[in-house]
Amino acid sequence: MKFSRLTVLVTVLSLLAAGVAFAGKDLDAVRSKGFIQAGVNGGVFGFGMPDEKGVWKGLDVDTARAIAAAVFGDANKVKYTPLTAQQRFTALQSGEIDVLTRNATRTLSRDTQLGLNFVQVNYYDGQGFLVPKKLGIKSAKELGGATVCVLPGTTTEQNAADYFRTNNMKWTPVVIENTTELAKTFFAGRCDVLTSDASQLAGTRAVAPNPKDYTILPEIISKEPLAPAVRHGDDQWRDIVDFSVLAMINAEELGITSQNVDEMLKSTDPMVQRFLGVVEGNGKALGLDEKWAYNIVKQVGNYGEVFERNVGVNTTLGIERGLNALWTKGGLMYSPPFK
Amino acid sequence: MTNPPSATREYLKPPITEVGVLGWLRGNLFNSWYNSLLTVLVLLALWQVVPPFFNWAFINSVWNSPAEACRDIDGACWSVIPQNISFIIFGFFPDGQQWRPGLAMLLMIGLVIYSKDRKHWKKSLGTYWLVGLVVMATLMYGGVFGMPVVETDQWSGLPLTFMLALFGMVAAYPLGVLLALGRRSRMPAIKTLCVVYIEMIRGVPLISLLFMSSVMFPLFLPEGVTIDKVLRAQVAIILFTAAYIAEVVRGGLQAMARGQFEAADSLGLNYNQTMRLVILPQALKIVIPPTVGQMLSAFKDTSLVVIIALYDVLKTTKVTLSNPKWTGYSTEAYIALAIFYFICCFAMSNYSRKLEKALHTGH
Repeated sequence: MKFSRLTVLVTVLSLLAAGVAFAGKDLDAVRSKGFIQAGVNGGVFGFGMPDEKGVWKGLDVDTARAIAAAVFGDANKVKYTPLTAQQRFTALQSGEIDVLTRNATRTLSRDTQLGLNFVQVNYYDGQGFLVPKKLGIKSAKELGGATVCVLPGTTTEQNAADYFRTNNMKWTPVVIENTTELAKTFFAGRCDVLTSDASQLAGTRAVAPNPKDYTILPEIISKEPLAPAVRHGDDQWRDIVDFSVLAMINAEELGITSQNVDEMLKSTDPMVQRFLGVVEGNGKALGLDEKWAYNIVKQVGNYGEVFERNVGVNTTLGIERGLNALWTKGGLMYSPPFK
Repeated sequence: MTNPPSATREYLKPPITEVGVLGWLRGNLFNSWYNSLLTVLVLLALWQVVPPFFNWAFINSVWNSPAEACRDIDGACWSVIPQNISFIIFGFFPDGQQWRPGLAMLLMIGLVIYSKDRKHWKKSLGTYWLVGLVVMATLMYGGVFGMPVVETDQWSGLPLTFMLALFGMVAAYPLGVLLALGRRSRMPAIKTLCVVYIEMIRGVPLISLLFMSSVMFPLFLPEGVTIDKVLRAQVAIILFTAAYIAEVVRGGLQAMARGQFEAADSLGLNYNQTMRLVILPQALKIVIPPTVGQMLSAFKDTSLVVIIALYDVLKTTKVTLSNPKWTGYSTEAYIALAIFYFICCFAMSNYSRKLEKALHTGH
């Protein structure tokens, strides 16, 4: 009895597998499911986290929503899988998720050895230092002999060690496992400096008893380009994910927002016409509806809107655009032409 | 022997330092110089700790206010719980549908309380549970009677904790008993299998099993085939707990005197009857305390599923704390959670003590 059931199970599973194999493409799988399964962080405010009502919010969440808007014309057709740092790449490799939008740093080894393809960066991060203003420190170069609060076992700790060694400075790490406790320790004055990704530092400063007493030093000691990723094997799906992110950036370049996108449909600018699908071609090239970019901007917004809504200066995090500004404004956000 | 007439004697009260509160104090707390010293030190320590804690927790605290109001006070900000209560308890379960897991939990608690009474241990109890489980599953999953479907990846918070714990314990117990019997079996294949299983599972921490289930296991499946994440974690917890229960039960089996087996044999009972009617009822009774110990740790271990990103009640609380608004109030949130876990565990161990007494037949 048991064995026969097992046989049936195995048969069904192999048939299912065969079915998937024939369909082959991730895009087809997504289309037949009717939604996108996105891997997200689940615990980083401003990037991917549920709010008080359990509704997902954040920059990475909005990126996933943009992809859904492009594919289905409905930004809500996303299901979120919260993933830990250890699970995230396996979940993508095993097909549990279709796209990973979980503040993952693009590196050479991840891109090659893990069988992944990273696409356009949706946030340029980097490691920085948070210090109390009363220390009077203006540059990280003055941190010699400092006690530094840091999370263990991350690249953060290693980066800090490298930085202090390169600059011939002594330091005493205070290693604390949990982000919340790390911040508490720092505010209690047990260490002089707190080091973490710049995006995290802003959030940490925001919860200080008196945020104005702390300042983030100008030095950024590591590069952390955070980008969505897909698995190898379906280039069309990769293109769609890539251009969904780029569409948000391009919309900002063209000055199209979720507010004015309907008026922009009447624009005579050929770039805008091509972008919004008034002049057809882009949609067909990607295998999407011609309205795909319009849907992204209308339902999710351009990159600037998404940034300001989730992490910008008017949010609790209060992060400046910095590297994430458009290339025309001194940042790194740059979109290839949409033609 | 006659007593002298008491009327002629004045009744002397014992000195005031020997009776009453003072007497007790002297007898127990100040009966020697080092005990006196210890008493004073402990009192000092309490004086240092208790009033500030009391002030922090009750006097200067706020109980239900927006996060902003917490910034200006010195005391505890208990508001972190009531302000986020719906996410902490129900997690991702869609707003407006949360009565469903609520009802399911009430039903489960009701069934558990009903099952506590030994008078109710009849065949009908099984039926009630079966019906109860079907109703609970329907409530949680939906899809009928106009209730929208809620996939398991949205099951989170307290219902998830209860589910993982209850099924973890209920399914692990019979499996553990079977494994224990298997380990003492005279059939080499079965015995080896059980020994290997038990030792392998006991040889690794639950965390690694959970990791295996969530990270490794999907890689063995063909691409595109996925097995529900909650189910995988649940199975891992069951397998893990069963191995420990098995060893506990084996202890009980080994404590059985040979005479019990021989008596059963001489009555002409076969293996099944011997085990079912003679050995197991006695053996399982002996091992109630360690079994409950296992159950308690299984219940608390469910919180380890945070590492595979399942949102049990601990994780939903942690997520709430990641919101910068509430980040500073982890102490309050963790205290509240500790109280919750304590209540559950204390109820379980209390019940087991009663059960032990009720089943005590004196030998």
